[in-house]
Amino acid sequence: MSGRASVTELAGRLSAVVGARNCYTSASELLTYECDGLTHGRTRPDVVVLPGSTEEVAEVVRLARAAGRPIVPRGSGTGLSGGARPVPGSVVVALSRMRRILEVNLEDGWIRVEPGVINLDVTRHVSAAGYYYAPDPSSQSICSIGGNVAFNSGGAHCLKYGFTVNHVLGARVVLHDGRVVDIGGPALDTPGHDLLAALVGSEGMVGIVTEVTLRLLRKPEATRTFFATFPSTDEGGEAVSRIIAAGILPAAIEMMDRLAIVAAKAATGLDWPDVGAALLMDADGPTAEVEDLSARAVQIARDAGALELRLPRNEAERQLMWKGRKSAFAAVGRISPNYMVEDGVIPRSEIAPVLREIESMAKEQGLRVANVFHAGDGNLHPLVLYDAREQGQEERAEQLGGDILRMCVRRGGSITGEHGVGSEKAAYMADMFGPDDLETMKWVRAAFDPDGCFNPGKVFPSSRLCGEKPGPGGVEHPAVRSGEVQRW
Amino acid sequence: MSGSGRHPALDCVHCGFCLPVCPTWLSWGREPDSPRGRIEIARAMLDGAAPSPEMVGHLDSCLGCMACIAACPSGVRYDVVIEEARARVEASGTRTPADAGRRSAIFSLFPHPGRLRVAAFFLWLWRASGLRWLTRASGLVRLFPFLGRLDALAPDLGLAEVTASLPAHTPATGASRGRVALVGGCVQRVFFPGVNAATLRVLSAEGYEVVVPEGQGCCGALSVHAGRDEEARGMTRALVERLEASGADTFLVNAAGCGSHLKDLGHLFAADPAWHDRAVAFSRKVKDVTEFLAAVPARAPRHPLPGKLAYHSPCHLGHAQGVQEPPRALLRAIPGVELVEVPEGDQCCGSAGIYNLVQVEASDELGARKARNVLATGAPFLASANPGCTLQVLRVLREQGASVQAAHPIEILDASIQGRPFPGRRG
Ligand SMILES: Cc1cc2nc3c(=O)[nH]c(=O)nc-3n(C[C@H](O)[C@H](O)[C@H](O)COP(=O)(O)OP(=O)(O)OC[C@H]3O[C@@H](n4cnc5c(N)ncnc54)[C@H](O)[C@@H]3O)c2cc1C
Ligand code: SF4
Ligand code: SF4
Repeated sequence: MSGRASVTELAGRLSAVVGARNCYTSASELLTYECDGLTHGRTRPDVVVLPGSTEEVAEVVRLARAAGRPIVPRGSGTGLSGGARPVPGSVVVALSRMRRILEVNLEDGWIRVEPGVINLDVTRHVSAAGYYYAPDPSSQSICSIGGNVAFNSGGAHCLKYGFTVNHVLGARVVLHDGRVVDIGGPALDTPGHDLLAALVGSEGMVGIVTEVTLRLLRKPEATRTFFATFPSTDEGGEAVSRIIAAGILPAAIEMMDRLAIVAAKAATGLDWPDVGAALLMDADGPTAEVEDLSARAVQIARDAGALELRLPRNEAERQLMWKGRKSAFAAVGRISPNYMVEDGVIPRSEIAPVLREIESMAKEQGLRVANVFHAGDGNLHPLVLYDAREQGQEERAEQLGGDILRMCVRRGGSITGEHGVGSEKAAYMADMFGPDDLETMKWVRAAFDPDGCFNPGKVFPSSRLCGEKPGPGGVEHPAVRSGEVQRW
Repeated sequence: MSGSGRHPALDCVHCGFCLPVCPTWLSWGREPDSPRGRIEIARAMLDGAAPSPEMVGHLDSCLGCMACIAACPSGVRYDVVIEEARARVEASGTRTPADAGRRSAIFSLFPHPGRLRVAAFFLWLWRASGLRWLTRASGLVRLFPFLGRLDALAPDLGLAEVTASLPAHTPATGASRGRVALVGGCVQRVFFPGVNAATLRVLSAEGYEVVVPEGQGCCGALSVHAGRDEEARGMTRALVERLEASGADTFLVNAAGCGSHLKDLGHLFAADPAWHDRAVAFSRKVKDVTEFLAAVPARAPRHPLPGKLAYHSPCHLGHAQGVQEPPRALLRAIPGVELVEVPEGDQCCGSAGIYNLVQVEASDELGARKARNVLATGAPFLASANPGCTLQVLRVLREQGASVQAAHPIEILDASIQGRPFPGRRG
């Protein structure tokens, strides 16, 4: 691209805005930003910059654009689809210094925060007053609100309460030319097009979010939790289907299979038995209703073949059970050197047959798959375990992951429930959407970012340049490597 | 190396769960100053990258507080990662001569109780003679910031304290319940001799016979944490030999930093077949003194110590050794004590071994935060089981013109058993 400023010149200008300590160009530092929570694809950016305010973000965007550089926003870097993975020649704008809580209005039930604020810190901030922020990704202790907005993240309790998109009231965004716009506001509905819905889930392609107004909810009067074990995922899946068919809407209903249980136990020291499947369910609301729902659900689980039912005796025990579930992904690191987290959606009623199919697909590839998932909305997280040191295993794992996603689409589901498309799943978009659908999505994006300078190369499947081999260990086109050609 | 036989840096799955507990990440929000970032740097070095000054800076800024280990669902041995990475740095000669000089000055002083005692004597003389004022005013302290730092940190000492030594053998009061050996600790022994004396009295009152093997040097903890492995192995071997010779089969430690090191000697000697098994067997017999006492029924009656007492959990006790409840239980059992937690109690105070001497700015930031949190409890008394933390918190409070009275839990227990008032130093 012409007019491209050298890294040193650009870094000098950026440093003047954010301070030298918040601008990295040394390889020793850039290497820590090469990937997000998905580690098997890495790209080193040219510059990483950490602005401290909306004004600084706007100035950084202007400078990076003037220098002809693509911009990759980054929150806490826990994304699982390579959404925050840098692209060659890029400037990574990391929002992790912007974590002030700006305003709280409990009367009207909202809070305004900077994008780097950690999800759980929102709840911590208002918890003493009896409020909380509902979307609870398992990574809530570290993922940022900005990342949640970009990925429309969900969590166990989104079955009842909805995803991030249902909890964002307003946002301040820095656009491609450095303009700052406010979308939405504290009111529950604003007139005109719902631009917020276009922003939430846009995976960093619309602009950089620098403030977010979130809805706060009152803590439910009561919560009842139970943990049930089953001989296999067949009975577990059956229990989930029957509970929901009985008209019970759990606050959360999560399932883990044998391997996932082993990993969670190793990470937390929980005394869970070695069984084929386990369910963890929360019911919340007014006490009388909760007691009734939870008693009925327990009975249904028994009838569906539960081996054992456990009720936490106090809040600490309950938290520990949830910690077991929430650490399960990362805990898989204890039972396998490497793994890929997939994120597919299937109709709830298909849980049992899909899991059996996954198992046989895994056998064919000679690999193991652990399953942790939001059973209530059919959002599967198959974790494909492999050892990168073994010749060919990573490729086979990749293949298996892709096959699983395509199977989800075949069964009427989707290639992502909540982790986003990012770099990783762009290739599968064409399995789900036709050319017209994709074209329309690109128009929406172009309305915000005509040059495609924000997070290029993500989400949309791209045609290959000659000599290029995509994927991990792939070969970049020389023109891309040298920066002459940019993949938007 | 981890159980799987591969380098522990490779066990990290990049989930980021360790970031929100890391003091340096919380302060600055920058990835290279987070556990995940430091592991990446260690990994790059493993892949052959020569340590650059930037890498060294980010590794040095780690406090070694081990909060990240407790938070990691994947069980990454960050302690091994950082110690190895630091050992590589030391071996690579990347440090500037000034930095290297300062470090070697620290290491020729701190881990040597004998030299430390001589230095403490001069420090005492300097202060007592009024020369301190002179040097401060003359700007000498500014010329040698390190000297000033040491001066600001070191507690006020009496001559008797500086020259105190411990009895080799203390009998049990009443019928003996067993025999234990005590590790003296170097900084502890010189700057906080009261802690060792109190430990001996409490153990004796509780019915234990205590031996303090003579000629104990430093246990090697400070050196391990800074990547000076060879030096550490030498010190550790010497100490283990002395303690083993005592014939005791329980080795008690009252300084958290020493305890966390001595409990985990296996990996330091991983490549030394002659010593490995011996070191592991030794580690199994090491206990923190509060852990030891909380596990047996109390024998000596406790006198009331009325007052609100804040508990500071030192990283090397809480995170590295996982000893959380025992010291709290012992203190709570004292009649009249109202034990309260320090907000953000799992955050490091910035003392961290030699950190407050070499990473002044970061250490001050964390120290100020800790001091604020301690004051927020409104408690006039503070229990802190690590000499480094106590020095740090008292220094910051002193600079802020605030004050609490700090003591080691064992000193508080001792005062209760002896029927004396709350012990400790004021900041
Ligand atoms: C162990 C583990 C468990 C997880 N569990 C869940 C789960 O239960 N549910 C779930 O939905 N996800 C889960 N995730 C995935 C991940 O945590 C979420 O996608 C999260 O929202 C990412 O937030 P982040 O701050 O880490 O963002 P990053 O990974 O840094 O970025 C994510 C995307 O957001 C963009 N972005 C970040 N900040 C901004 C901003 N301010 N403006 C514009 N764009 C921005 C980036 O460009 C990128 O495309 C899990 C991850 C891990 C490691
Ligand atoms: S030891 Fe403490 S300072 Fe160092 S990386 Fe871990 S949490 Fe951070
Ligand atoms: S918590 Fe453990 S696995 Fe996760 S990033 Fe930190 S060290 Fe790596």
